[in-house]
Amino acid sequence: MLGYILKRLLYAVPVTLAVSIICFSLVQLAPGDPLTVVLPADASQEIVDQTRARYGLDKPLPTQYLLWLSNVLQGDLGTSIASGRSVSSEIGHAIGYTLSVAVLACLLALVAGLALGLVAGYTMGSPMDKIASATAISGVSVPHYWLGIVLVVFFSVKLGWFPAMGAGRSGQSLGDALSFMILPVLTMAAMPAGIITRSVRALVAEKLGQEFVTALRAKGMTSPHIFAHVVKNAAPTALAVIGVQMGYLMAGSILVETVFAWPGTGLLLNNAILTRDIPLLQGTILVLALIFVALNLIVDILQPLFDPRIQRA
Amino acid sequence: MNTPLLSAKDLTVQFRTPKGPITAVNGIDLTLERGEVLGIIGESGSGKSVTMRALLRILPEAKTEIAGDLKLDGKDVLSLKGHDLAAYRGGDVSMVFQEPATALDPVFTIGTQISETVRRHRKVSRKDAQARALEMLELVRIPSPASRLGNYPHEMSGGMRQRAMIALALAAGPKLLLADEPTTALDATVQIQVILLLRELQREMGMATIFVTHDVGVAAEISDRIAVMYAGRIVETGTAAEVLKNPKHPYTQGLLSSTVQGAVPGTPIKAIPGMPPDLAQMPPGCAFAPRCPLATSACQAAVPDLRAQGGERRVACVRLEEIA
Ligand SMILES: Nc1ncnc2c1ncn2[C@@H]1O[C@H](COP(=O)(O)OP(=O)(O)OP(=O)(O)O)[C@@H](O)[C@H]1O
Ligand SMILES: [Mg+2]
Repeated sequence: MLGYILKRLLYAVPVTLAVSIICFSLVQLAPGDPLTVVLPADASQEIVDQTRARYGLDKPLPTQYLLWLSNVLQGDLGTSIASGRSVSSEIGHAIGYTLSVAVLACLLALVAGLALGLVAGYTMGSPMDKIASATAISGVSVPHYWLGIVLVVFFSVKLGWFPAMGAGRSGQSLGDALSFMILPVLTMAAMPAGIITRSVRALVAEKLGQEFVTALRAKGMTSPHIFAHVVKNAAPTALAVIGVQMGYLMAGSILVETVFAWPGTGLLLNNAILTRDIPLLQGTILVLALIFVALNLIVDILQPLFDPRIQRA
Repeated sequence: MNTPLLSAKDLTVQFRTPKGPITAVNGIDLTLERGEVLGIIGESGSGKSVTMRALLRILPEAKTEIAGDLKLDGKDVLSLKGHDLAAYRGGDVSMVFQEPATALDPVFTIGTQISETVRRHRKVSRKDAQARALEMLELVRIPSPASRLGNYPHEMSGGMRQRAMIALALAAGPKLLLADEPTTALDATVQIQVILLLRELQREMGMATIFVTHDVGVAAEISDRIAVMYAGRIVETGTAAEVLKNPKHPYTQGLLSSTVQGAVPGTPIKAIPGMPPDLAQMPPGCAFAPRCPLATSACQAAVPDLRAQGGERRVACVRLEEIA
């Protein structure tokens, strides 16, 4: 098991490097010169060149990448061009907000997805299954931002139950803080809940149709026992789906955070794009991508706990 | 005192399918004494597996209709429900499946799978159940059984898996063992070992056994009596020696001469011409008549009864006296 974990960690190294290269170079492809944002339009060529040199933008791209990477490895993600603050402190501030909403949304999506998926898979073809599946499909097909806006119109504007925007003030009570989270969490959870429902439904139905389930009944096992067997068999695939959904949820927070003006990494990313703040953009994308890699790593490490055949491969 | 262990009367199994009902087992009678071994032979699709699954009540309930009368040791099997049914399955009657690779749960160890069965049917501690599992692996002669308890099915060879499956089936001490082509998925040499093991265990433990096979040689080796199935019906039954040495039904004759063991040496092996009938549209009379070289119009008039021919022998053929 330890060997397997080490192997997985080693595999993650090249993936992480590739991710860093992509983060770095994608940003270079974006049109526009970041200096136009920080410098006045009539800045002299001399000042432009100086600033360019200060940010290291005058060097060839591979050199820029290596410089950036060596800084990143030392924990220095650079300085935001727009705000002048260090990128790590900007991200550090925002990621807490994103994580709090994302973790709650994950939990909600997980509980709803597993419950609906299990019910639907166990009662395939019944009215219960139809209701659960229809709910799942709506969750998957409704666009995020649209759902966010509808929720705001209904719960904030019409009913006045929850605030529509922002995260509130610092030092507010937990209840107040949560009331700001409810609508973003609901909006974010809808899609992963739908996807988890559909995957779990298909998985459960597939496992229930297998010969070993008949064999379990043939040796006198009753439904709770069989349920435990089905869950353990379905767990590795379900974990993989859940891990990917959580990754999407973190990375995909940009739309939802923009709709709700939620001060997380999504909003940070949005602002970085609008102001062409390259260091901030690179740093944020890198951190989100690394979270994605880490989630996959966790899934890889957990899977063989359920299915011993996986460790061999 | 003299009631048989198993008695099935007019057992009928119908599946509801989108294309209409299918009668896979069509009014069969079976009796089995304690410790007796019955072999069932017949072509693919003749209803052997469905019969076995009906006996164990593991057919999908929602789409299956089982009718007739089925008694095991005085229990009315068809009316069993809930906990009584769960206790019957695996406790009174258990099954060795054809493909141990798919019938064993891939993500639980062999030890766990056997001991959970033991605990399901006997009030014993986890530790005692593990001890029983070890004892069972020893019984089926799996080498280094103690370490095999911790193996997952994929860590075992095919023959080993089938031995484990047999250990599992026998763990709760059933009165009747159902073995549905238990060696078809195995290599030829391993097949023989598993058959010999099953025969030995059957003699040692004394449970009655129903053994489905395509292999006439195996049927002769292991069975006291044989039933020949065709299109959901039993067409001939008798002691193994009677049926295999002197088959009377034209279908049994065809079946035997289509196998290596049954063919006359020096002549080519003859397959029975034609195909079994569509179970959704059975011919009115003898189901074998359309393929039978000896069929006359009388054969199409009515389904022939299984008629006693002295001793254990019963044959369902109207022309029996003329063709014998
Ligand atoms: N669940 C089911 N639903 C509908 N039809 C079924 C079902 N199970 C079996 N049948 C049909 O019942 C008939 C008998 O099948 P069965 O599996 O008993 O044959 P068999 O004698 O065991 O054949 P084989 O030697 O190939 O194992 C077949 O025509 C099969 O298609
Ligand atoms: Mg079969």
